[in-house]
Amino acid sequence: MARKISMRQAINEALDQEMTRDPNVFVMGEDIVGGAGGDGDEDAWGGVLGVTKGLHAKHKGRLLDTPLSESAYIGAAVGAAACGMRPVAELMFLDFMGVCFDQIFNQAAKFKYMFGGKAETPVVIRAMVGAGFRAAAQHSQMLTPLFVHIPGLKVVCPSNAYDAKGLLIQSIRDNDPVIFCEHKVLYPHESDVPAESYAIPFGEANVVRDGKHVTIVTYGMMVHRAMDAAADLAKNGIECEVIDLRTLSPIDTDTVLESVEKTGRLVCVDEAHPRCSIASDVSATVSAEGFSFLKSGIQMVTAPHTPVPFSPVLEDFYIPSAARIAEAVRKTMAN
Amino acid sequence: MSDPRIVPVVMPKWGLSMKEGKVTSWLVDAGKKISVGEAILEVETDKIAGAVESSDAGILRRCIGTADTVYPVKALLGVIAPEDVPDTAIDDYVASYVTPAADEGDEDAGPQHEWADLSMGKVRYAKRGSSGDAVILLHGFGGDLDNWLFNIDAIGEYATVYALDLPGHGQSVKSLANPSLKAMASAVNEFMKETGIASAHFVGHSMGAAISMQLGADLPGKVKSLTLICSAGLGPDIGPYVSNYIAAQGRKDLKPVLETLFADKSLVSRQLVDDVLKFKRLDGVEPLLKALNESLFGGGIQRDAPGKAIAGKAPPSLVIWGKEDEVIPAAHANNLPGAKVHVLEGAGHMVFMEKASDVNALIKAHIAGN
Repeated sequence: MARKISMRQAINEALDQEMTRDPNVFVMGEDIVGGAGGDGDEDAWGGVLGVTKGLHAKHKGRLLDTPLSESAYIGAAVGAAACGMRPVAELMFLDFMGVCFDQIFNQAAKFKYMFGGKAETPVVIRAMVGAGFRAAAQHSQMLTPLFVHIPGLKVVCPSNAYDAKGLLIQSIRDNDPVIFCEHKVLYPHESDVPAESYAIPFGEANVVRDGKHVTIVTYGMMVHRAMDAAADLAKNGIECEVIDLRTLSPIDTDTVLESVEKTGRLVCVDEAHPRCSIASDVSATVSAEGFSFLKSGIQMVTAPHTPVPFSPVLEDFYIPSAARIAEAVRKTMAN
Repeated sequence: MSDPRIVPVVMPKWGLSMKEGKVTSWLVDAGKKISVGEAILEVETDKIAGAVESSDAGILRRCIGTADTVYPVKALLGVIAPEDVPDTAIDDYVASYVTPAADEGDEDAGPQHEWADLSMGKVRYAKRGSSGDAVILLHGFGGDLDNWLFNIDAIGEYATVYALDLPGHGQSVKSLANPSLKAMASAVNEFMKETGIASAHFVGHSMGAAISMQLGADLPGKVKSLTLICSAGLGPDIGPYVSNYIAAQGRKDLKPVLETLFADKSLVSRQLVDDVLKFKRLDGVEPLLKALNESLFGGGIQRDAPGKAIAGKAPPSLVIWGKEDEVIPAAHANNLPGAKVHVLEGAGHMVFMEKASDVNALIKAHIAGN
C-alpha cells in the first residue's frame, strides 16, 4: 500500500523494517539517539535532522550513540561488518569523511580483494550531502566523486523518497560497503512510497522524463532542477530526456548510451565541482563509447571549482540552477 | 440552458492517477456522422495510449482538442449534436463550457479503493456502480485491478462491479499459503462472503479466467455467467511469458517481456514498465509468483484444467481472445463446449485494453442476456 511520505520518513522506515527483518542490522552514529540533553527517552530526538527519530524506542539497544570520533566508530562499523553484522553508520555530514578515510578506502573497500574474496564487508555509511542548507563550506559539499573513484565501494545518491527507501534497503542487504548519500534539502520532499519493504537493484538508472532532443544525465537534488529546466524547455518545443543515475557506483552506462543514441545530445549535470566529477565521468564515457551518436558537443553544468559560499546569495548562485541547465541544453541544440 | 442534445467529448479519466492527457490524433473529421462506441480520437497519458469513444450517436460538430496538446481531465475536446442543432447554439455551448475541477461532481467521488480483510490478509479492490447484478473482475498473472481501467467504468454503468487485486498482486497481501488455482478461487469466495456478494457475473483475464472457472466448478451457485478473456485453463499450451516476467529484474529485461502482451508493442510505456517493476520489487512478490507459477505452469505447460472441470455444467459462457495472443494461443478459444466465442483481430493477450470498446460491448450483451 502506497502513501505519500517524505524522504526523511522513507529512510527511517527502511532502517526500521530492515532492523525488524534482520537482527544483525544495527545503527550507530553521533546523536542518532539523543543529544537534546533531556533524560532517558525524552532525549531521543533521532539525529541532527531527526531521521532516526522513534527508532531507539522501537529497537532498544540497537541504536548506538557514539563519541565524536568518526575515525573510531566508522572503524568499529567496518570491523563489525567484517565479523558478520550489518551496521549502518551515520556520519552526519559527508564532509567529515576525511578523518576516517583509511577505514573506508584502505580497509572496508579492500577486504574482499585482499582476503581473496573470503571477507565480506556489508557496512552502510549514511551521510548528508549537498548545498542549499545555509550550512557553509564544511557541511555542504557534494563529495560523491571521491568515493566513486575507489574500487570496492558502492555509491548511492537518491533523488526522492521512493528511491531512498528501496536503495537503502538494497544497501543494507548488499554484501559490499555502500556510501549512501542523502541530500539534506530533499529530506522533506514527498513521493508515493509503498508501506511494504522493497529493494531497488544497484546500477539501474531511472528515466524520469522521456524526450527526443537532448539527454540530461544527473542525480540527487539536481534531478529536480533538471526536471524544472525540461518543463520550461518543453514550452519551446525542446523535449529533454532526464536520467536519474540513482547509483553512481555501479553506474548504468547502458541507459545513458541508449538515450544518447536516440537524442544525439548530452548535458551532464552535477552538484559536485567540475573536475573529476560524475559529469566529467559520464561525458568521457559517452565520448569514448557513443561518439558516433553525438550531433553536438557535450555540455556540463556543475558547481564552480570553489568552496560552497556561506553567503546565501552566493550559495544560491553556486548551485547549478534550472536556468543554467536550460541554457546548456540550448547550446547543444544550436548545432 | 444549452440544448440538451449537445453532448461534449471530454478528456477521459483512465485510472486513479490520471490528471491530464495528450490528444494525439483525431480519428474522425468534424462534420462526420458517428455512432455510439465509435473511436473518435486518440489520447495518450504517461501510462497508456487509448481511443476516446463516442457516448452518443450524432454528428461530430466540432473538434476542439488539437493534436500534441495536453488537456486536463474533463476538458472539452469536441462536440456531438444532431444535424438540426444550429451552429450558433454549438458555439455558445463551447464558449460557455467550464472544465470541472478534478473530482468535482464525480459520480465515483467516494473511495477509489477499498480493502477486504480476508484470512490471508488485506485484499484491495475497486468498486464502481451501484445498480444491477454484481460483476467481479479478476486480472491475470502479475497483473492488478488497474488492468481494467478501460472497462470498469463502462461496466459500472449497468452493474455493481468489483475489481480485485488477487492475493500476491497489486497492493493486496503478498502471502498466500500453498499458492494454487484452488487457493486463489477460495480467496475470491472468501472475498464474496466478506463483501456480501451472494453470486456474481465473472469477467476474468488469463489466470483470472481460470480462477473464475475453478470457482464455478467448486461452487456452481456463485457464478452467474463467465466471461473468459484469453483464458488460462482451456488447454495445455502457454508461452514463456510468465517465467520471463518473473526473471526480468530491470527495465531493459522487462520491457520486451511486457511487449509480448500486446499486438501493438508501442502501448508499453515507460510508466507501465516502471509500475510493474515497483510491484515486482516488493518483498514477498518474487517467491509467491515463483510458487504460483510452479503450481499453475510448472514445466512450461498449464497444469490445471478448470475448463474440463466445468465443462457440461458451466454457466453461460463467453470466450474472448486476441488473435495475436503470444501468451496463450487463440486456438484455446474453442475448447469450452457451449461457449460463445469471439476472436478479435489486431489484439494480443491484453485484448480488453487494446480493443476495449469491442470487449466492453461483448461483456455488456453477455451480462444483459444472462
